[in-house]
Amino acid sequence: MQTLDPVDAAVLRDDIPEFRAGDTVKVHVKVVEGNKTRVQIFQGVVIARSGTGASETYTVRKVSYGVGVERTFPLHSPVVEKIEVVTKGDVRRAKLYYLRGLRGKAAKIRERRDNSPTSGD
Amino acid sequence: MAKTMKGVLGSKLGMTQMWDENNKVVPVTVVQVGPCVVTQVRTPETDGYNAVQLGFGAIDPRKVNKPMTGHFAKAGVTPRRHLVELRTDDASEYTLGQELGADVFEAGTRVDITGTTKGKGFAGAMKRHGFHGLRASHGVKRKHRSPGAIGGCATPGRVFKGLRMAGRMGGDVQTTQNLTVAAVDTDKGLILVKGAVPGPKGGLVLITSAVKDAVKEASA
Repeated sequence: MQTLDPVDAAVLRDDIPEFRAGDTVKVHVKVVEGNKTRVQIFQGVVIARSGTGASETYTVRKVSYGVGVERTFPLHSPVVEKIEVVTKGDVRRAKLYYLRGLRGKAAKIRERRDNSPTSGD
Repeated sequence: MAKTMKGVLGSKLGMTQMWDENNKVVPVTVVQVGPCVVTQVRTPETDGYNAVQLGFGAIDPRKVNKPMTGHFAKAGVTPRRHLVELRTDDASEYTLGQELGADVFEAGTRVDITGTTKGKGFAGAMKRHGFHGLRASHGVKRKHRSPGAIGGCATPGRVFKGLRMAGRMGGDVQTTQNLTVAAVDTDKGLILVKGAVPGPKGGLVLITSAVKDAVKEASA
């Protein structure tokens, strides 16, 4: 898909922080209500990043009132005002779909220390 | 029927996505268009109808035969690989050798796109015609993707002509109508069209004004 990289460059955002599966992020989502816009924060664990280029997406999972909620955002979506990385998680998988079957303490992700010898950091 | 058609030739680069003003994702096909040149202008006096002939694509001049070399020389342009004729009433406004690019169309206009679909080879009736095949169980044996019965026995005693069966699929010229131009980049010569366009990446496509728009204007 290298042929379309210059076309994609027009829609790519350069203010995306570095984060990966296992990290906890706060996604500031712009919500339009009537003619007003406000910002809603969606905080949860990134359980997957998928795709490349303009079509890259990430999935954030949180448990709200005992119900698991997942939202998938396009990485370069203009709807997202900003992404804040709250904590970095120490995980061994790129896709954390197994979290869906876990609750409470079992679903907790250890925090990644920056000096720990995890690869790709 | 009076109608003015605009058109330009290009090659399909591939698909990507962009965001519209409502921040919704728009799937777009990127087409590298032009530069096209006008190689002939047909007029009612000489040809009996109005049309322009457009040329597109580089070709080694040694590979062009003598009659075509003469045809290009008459228009005063270097030989092109592809030629296409576009019926339009405003053909007289074109001049020989005139160059056309991505600025022929602007964002928001509706267009028809003609291309050659990807060849699928010899395909069965399920893939080629959308047949449902036979069921998975209840006595069906080694016939799950077959078309089923193709006609009666003694009456009519033959298979009707044109019955849909397995065969060569794809590689046909296909026109997709009423696609919307999402964006135009005149500097790079790119037209971004919302939705899919027939053909493989690198395939030749002809972008013309939407026929159904012309019909609507004529009846209005």
